[in-house]
Amino acid sequence: MQLRKITAASAAVVALALTATACGSGEKDDKGGSEGGKGKITVGIKFDQPGLGQKTPQGYAGFDVDVAKYVAKELGYSEGQIEFKESKSQDRENMLARGDVDFIAATYSINDEREQKVDFAGPYLLAHQDLLVRADDDSIKSAEDLNSKKLCSVTGSTSAQNVKQKLAPKAQLQEYPTYSACLTGLQNGAVDALTTDDSILAGYAAQDSHKGKFKLAGLELSNENYGIGVKEGSDLKAKINKALEKMVSDGSWEKAVKANFGPANYEYEPAPSIGDIKK
Amino acid sequence: MSASVLYEAQGPRAKARNVIYTAVFLVSVAVLLWWVYTSLDEKGQLDWSLWSPFFGSEAWTTYFLPGLKNTLLAAALSLVIALPLGAVLGIARLSDHAWVRVPATVVVEFFRAIPVLILMLFCREVYVAYTGVSSDARPLYAVVTGLVLYNASVLAEVVRAGILSLPKGQSEAALAIGLRKNQMMRMVLLPQAVTAMLPAIVSQIVVIVKDTALGGYMLAFPEMLSNATTASSYYGANIIACLTVAALIFIVVNFALTSFASWLEKRLRRGKKSTGVPLAPDGGVDQSGFGAAAN
Amino acid sequence: MFDFLEGYDLLGAFWATVQLTVYSAIGSLIWGTLLAGMRVGPVPLMRAFGTAYVNLVRNIPLTVIILFSSLGLNQTLGVKLGGGEDFDTINFRLAVLGLILYTSAFVCEALRSGINTVPLGQAEAARALGLNFGQVLRLIVLPQAFRAAVNPLANVLIALTKNTTVAAVIGVAEASLLMNEMIENEAQLVLIGAVFAFGFVCLTLPTGVLMGLLGKKVAVKR
Repeated sequence: MQLRKITAASAAVVALALTATACGSGEKDDKGGSEGGKGKITVGIKFDQPGLGQKTPQGYAGFDVDVAKYVAKELGYSEGQIEFKESKSQDRENMLARGDVDFIAATYSINDEREQKVDFAGPYLLAHQDLLVRADDDSIKSAEDLNSKKLCSVTGSTSAQNVKQKLAPKAQLQEYPTYSACLTGLQNGAVDALTTDDSILAGYAAQDSHKGKFKLAGLELSNENYGIGVKEGSDLKAKINKALEKMVSDGSWEKAVKANFGPANYEYEPAPSIGDIKK
Repeated sequence: MSASVLYEAQGPRAKARNVIYTAVFLVSVAVLLWWVYTSLDEKGQLDWSLWSPFFGSEAWTTYFLPGLKNTLLAAALSLVIALPLGAVLGIARLSDHAWVRVPATVVVEFFRAIPVLILMLFCREVYVAYTGVSSDARPLYAVVTGLVLYNASVLAEVVRAGILSLPKGQSEAALAIGLRKNQMMRMVLLPQAVTAMLPAIVSQIVVIVKDTALGGYMLAFPEMLSNATTASSYYGANIIACLTVAALIFIVVNFALTSFASWLEKRLRRGKKSTGVPLAPDGGVDQSGFGAAAN
Repeated sequence: MFDFLEGYDLLGAFWATVQLTVYSAIGSLIWGTLLAGMRVGPVPLMRAFGTAYVNLVRNIPLTVIILFSSLGLNQTLGVKLGGGEDFDTINFRLAVLGLILYTSAFVCEALRSGINTVPLGQAEAARALGLNFGQVLRLIVLPQAFRAAVNPLANVLIALTKNTTVAAVIGVAEASLLMNEMIENEAQLVLIGAVFAFGFVCLTLPTGVLMGLLGKKVAVKR
């Protein structure tokens, strides 16, 4: 009886102590983690898109990451001062508005709707919505062919809405939270094509485990102008534009594109000039 | 009632019949498993290249272990906060004063009725709008707050049911020897109810651990499941392999938790006489109904 | 104030939630009862299977189970559940299957707790009459167990209603998928959340109250 009482009492004490420390550490977080603090720049990237922004055991890799690093360097931050954060597609505007990140380089296409909420520097890459198909599949030649096809894309993405509303309203569309989920079905023939920006698709096609299995269909279904998102009215926009211009003129842009998209045989568009948005 | 009272001790014919049942059942399960295995193999899902990452340290240190850490942290914080809060709410629902009882009832019923995911999203926006919680900590805060609100109301029902499951004579006797109501609660009812509530609380811990996964896709909380999908995009199309590993980790963690809790329960129960009947994990026994059930 | 709702099929989305709930509830009641039967039955292998099933399935997040049924069963093994070539139908059925597999573990446990409330004498008397295991279970024990398990089963049903939101991960067009879409397109996040919270309260609270009344009405007085 006595032992049980003691056990119960000590459990309660431990619980209380844990609560207290939890609150305590929480407060510390508040002070230490204030954003835009000196000597740190936070950048939103994708974590799960090989070739553009991917968390790897060696750190972060991809074209978006290289652009972000270059821009950060031009803004006066060393590589160690950059803090990368995952910015999911549906969360990007909110992250900027809340000030969670200083800028976002995460396959962020410029469009009117988004421009009302955030400002864009760039564009720094012109991509197109395209299809990833099995290497032996030549049946898709134009957007009309899609109506009889089974497609896969990410839930609620622009590409998915594009297919549903404009390109092929009759096509079957499977939606998953991530692109990597689509690849399983594509490989097994449960879906015929994975559709999103060709730059993203190229990254998947170039992965070691996918070499020779998939190819890009090469349809330019839309123009996606990747820009760097900043908070509305931020003075970063002009500085980032300058950095991007320099990146193109000193050849770093070309180098980064080659390094990231080279293995994919992806025919990338030449570097767009700042403010040149192709509709 | 133990299972064995449902059927007679088995004679030779019953035993023979059992052997047949066993064989048929075994064969059908084996056929099913064989079909899954061969089809997976045929589709190349069992290729060594898809599974080899999990046998190196890289995948664990980059994706799974940090994810597991976040999952456990969020679950531990939620439990530690939700338990006392749930106890207070549960006791408040038993209060004689309507001004205590009614608000507590409304709170409990409301938060039990809403999906946790919606609660988490809501909490995030509240943190953004009204507090200075840094953006690094915000997903964790939002996930924990959502889990606390939901689980505190579920645990409140567990506590209430635990206290109600005690025989009426306990509170009558306590009042008869002149204890005040809060003394009765503290010294007589709660200590007995605790052991009766343990199984239900344990199954709620498992629910909390699993529900942290809801914070992954929508709130960018880097827990296990979302880290597993990130891993699958890095290693190529091995999402089935990654999910399998994630599922195994969840099973191991939850199994460890339940085993530990039942050990603790036995220890607490040893040498003591409670008048309470242990509540089944899913809330049998009582008539009041409480929600330690599926989620 | 609520004009952001225009252009969205809110009722349609909640109708899908209701359908998911009803089909999964029926399915998991059947499969859960079978599991409970296995767990208290005389065949050791089936007992072991039932126990292992419940302990495995209860410990895996539902998201994983539903992703498995879509990515594994459908996309890899080619199971279509009779849905033909229509993704919407297939996904709906896969989601129902996933929900059934998951929820039945909880139904099984609720039923077992119900079985535990049936006094020993009931089964002993039944056996004395010469009933075999199947008859004891079907005629004597389960009818009483169900009546005692109404409350825990109500909780399982409420949890199931809320769990249907997870079907969104494989693209089933139910309430939470619509909510994601609205959050992405509209600005009034808090209001959207409130609307959907209200929708779920409307679904789950009456369920809880009705089942509570039912539980009281059918309870076996002892």
